[in-house]
Amino acid sequence: MNVETLSRIQFGLTASFHFVFPPMTIGLGLFLVILQALRVWTKEPIYLELARFWTKVFGLVFAIGVATGIPMEFQFGTNWAHYARFVGDIFGSPLAIEGIYAFFMESGFLALLLFGWNKIGPKMHLFSTFMVALGAHFSAIWILVANSWMQTPAGFHLARQMKVTADGAQFPLTADLGNTAFTVKEIPLPQGYVVQPADLGHVRAVIDNFSAAIFNHTTLDRLAHTIFACWITGAFVVVAISAWWLLKNRFLAEAKISLKISLVMATAACLLQMVAGDFTARGVAKYQPAKLAAMEGIAHTEKQAPLGIVGWVSWQRDAAGNITGIEPKTIGVPGMLSVLVSGDFLHPAQAAQTEVKGLADVPSDELLRARHPGASDTELAKLRPKYWPNSPVLFQVYHLMIALGVLLLLVSLLGCWWLKTGKLWSTKDKSVRWFLGVLVICPFMAHLATQAGWFTAELGRQPWIVYEVLKTGEAMSAVVRAPQVLSSIIMFTLIYLLLTALFVTLLLQKIKHGPTPVAEEPRLPEKWQSLSHRSGRQTED
Amino acid sequence: MDLNTIWFVLVGVLLTGYAVLDGFDLGTGPLLLCTKEDRDRRIFLNAIGPIWNGNEVWLVTGGGALFAAFPNVYASVFSGFYDAFMLLLFALIFRAAAIEFRSKRSSPAWRKTWDISFAVSSFVSALLVGVAIGNVVWGIPLDDKHDFQGNLFTLLHPYALLVGVTSVALMVMHGNLYLILKTEGALHDQLMRWTKRTVAIYLICFFVLNVVTMLTCPHLKTVFHERALLLSVLAAAAFLVTFNIPRELRRGNEGRAFISSSLSIVTMMALFAATIYPNLVISRPELANSLDIHNGASTEKSLNFMFWVALIGVPIVLAYTISIYYVFRGKVTLTDESY
Repeated sequence: MNVETLSRIQFGLTASFHFVFPPMTIGLGLFLVILQALRVWTKEPIYLELARFWTKVFGLVFAIGVATGIPMEFQFGTNWAHYARFVGDIFGSPLAIEGIYAFFMESGFLALLLFGWNKIGPKMHLFSTFMVALGAHFSAIWILVANSWMQTPAGFHLARQMKVTADGAQFPLTADLGNTAFTVKEIPLPQGYVVQPADLGHVRAVIDNFSAAIFNHTTLDRLAHTIFACWITGAFVVVAISAWWLLKNRFLAEAKISLKISLVMATAACLLQMVAGDFTARGVAKYQPAKLAAMEGIAHTEKQAPLGIVGWVSWQRDAAGNITGIEPKTIGVPGMLSVLVSGDFLHPAQAAQTEVKGLADVPSDELLRARHPGASDTELAKLRPKYWPNSPVLFQVYHLMIALGVLLLLVSLLGCWWLKTGKLWSTKDKSVRWFLGVLVICPFMAHLATQAGWFTAELGRQPWIVYEVLKTGEAMSAVVRAPQVLSSIIMFTLIYLLLTALFVTLLLQKIKHGPTPVAEEPRLPEKWQSLSHRSGRQTED
Repeated sequence: MDLNTIWFVLVGVLLTGYAVLDGFDLGTGPLLLCTKEDRDRRIFLNAIGPIWNGNEVWLVTGGGALFAAFPNVYASVFSGFYDAFMLLLFALIFRAAAIEFRSKRSSPAWRKTWDISFAVSSFVSALLVGVAIGNVVWGIPLDDKHDFQGNLFTLLHPYALLVGVTSVALMVMHGNLYLILKTEGALHDQLMRWTKRTVAIYLICFFVLNVVTMLTCPHLKTVFHERALLLSVLAAAAFLVTFNIPRELRRGNEGRAFISSSLSIVTMMALFAATIYPNLVISRPELANSLDIHNGASTEKSLNFMFWVALIGVPIVLAYTISIYYVFRGKVTLTDESY
């Protein structure tokens, strides 16, 4: 296997593994804020007990999230050095901002959250919890800003490094000017310039406008979609553990309160997700037509495009084995994709006439001609499939995400209904037991949906690393060799397997042990009295 | 001062912050194996327990700042030092796992395994940080595209290893002084005795390093010449603050001793920065291919934007970092939440 494939496997592996944990931290963070607020508000010891238990779970998830997060940042440099050089002027900033404004906040206040039970008062503890959750959300914001810029780059121009002599004449970087003195300057390229393979090494993206880069076309959609996914995942972790306790007839009071809060949170997040998902898909249709066509298996540009539900997309190949098109065999709702793309739900008949681009027409002839100057029409037709994402895989992961999302919504709605009627607590009832069993496997479905969504977004961007600007195959480190990447992949796999085993064992241990009841709020040591008074806690001695 | 120089200083400040803060918790690693009692080891781990995570963020942020301000340097160093950085990553992951998982079971074999992982991964991390710095000073072969021409063994030459060992010695000394602040009783007395050795070993390493650098780095001759005053003042300061450590300990000023050892790290980093400026990576044998604060940098617009971002953000970070250290001040007591 070549370095490109190996580096992609490594990034995919480390990102997928890492992405198991932050969604839980973000969702659990919000849940902990709710618990701590209830603790301050009601002064009931059970909320302190619950907060202590769920904080332990949070701490475990957080630790692995941090440990597996550092490789993500490093890999941009180790494996994707040319990418780092090409986009560093723009892409480095959100990563640095994430460090300064999110990670410090998260990890600093985490210390107070985890170890502050006997050191700070309840209100200060609530504040620390809030800051940790806020930090977790901030980190999501900045990493999604960075990712969205890769998907729909904006606010920049391309510039070429040239040798400029004293009289202002410009020469390519490779020109030998003999003894003539020169300086290397960056000369802006015209808007819409398309990078060609020959430009690599002396053309890079240069920032024009930070707010345009940060709030690019898809940042807000993607942010909402991902944050809701995180809330869903975190909430279902709590739902599942509480449901498990109910099934086992243990910690009933704790399980009921946790389940009530988390089920409502999950339902709200699932409902919001339907709206956010719709917005995200429309953004894809508008700005990344190749991705949409590949996701839905649309071969040719058509009106009344169907919305696929299940099916199979396969490649069409010519005699030599080259890809020439796709062959979708799918069952779907006729015309529905066109309606969704137009977003005009009030006039469905009209909306169904909206045109949806098929893979045969993307990317545009203009882009292909610009990337391959001098190529004939037949050559361009042959080149086009090289610019398509992997539609057969994409169709499956995308529809898996949707199916799981809808399923989770239905489960949470039924849960809320039974919560309202009180049926959920009759744990002797066979149908309730069966339903609680379903709740226990929900976090796995939520994780699978989150991962499938991530794969859809990232595989759908291929073969570009920066959409329609830089190809993934042009972004690797020049000096890293396949055996190096292979050995680091093996190491990562082994270490991550070990981490998984430890994580699962310890989580199960915590679930089995359950929360420890507390009689009353802990007394703060004498020297912390002033701090505790300030935070509204009354101590008499 | 131009923006590029400001960013040279800012990245330096972030990495120095990392060295000072993660320095003491990396230094705790090798020291942990020098104690036998489980209780003592737990106290060590809980001394760094609430804060090691935040300390590591300085590395992540330093890396992010390097990426934002000097993307070419970030790309060349990270891809060139591929194997070394992967080793560092594995060490950091193992370290995190060791701290998190050690306390979760009481079997001696379980704890011993994690103690060894913690010590080894801390040692390797401290060593690799030093090796990286050593290579930057010594110079690495870069081609005209600033790509590294060599492999892991190109980086593990005696000079880099000397800097690596010095870095381990410095962090162990620093960790020793931090633990003195956090312990009491017999363990505290034991740590006080250890300072005789840890401080002496670091001083010897540092002295040897200075001599070797002056004798064996011909490419730095002009720098030594031009900045003779600055460099000798910094070196003298580095020695003075380190000599001050035993003095403060004798007088019972443990806090000041710790501050002195923090200053040892700061002066060492300043010495390093003053030696390489305006370069960020020195290329040898082709000096012309070196990466400096101009050819390695982002555009002025980007540097300017990020300057304001940092100017607003870093003081806020410092304010709550200091508050959190204040909350956790004093000796370690083991509770339910402890590791």
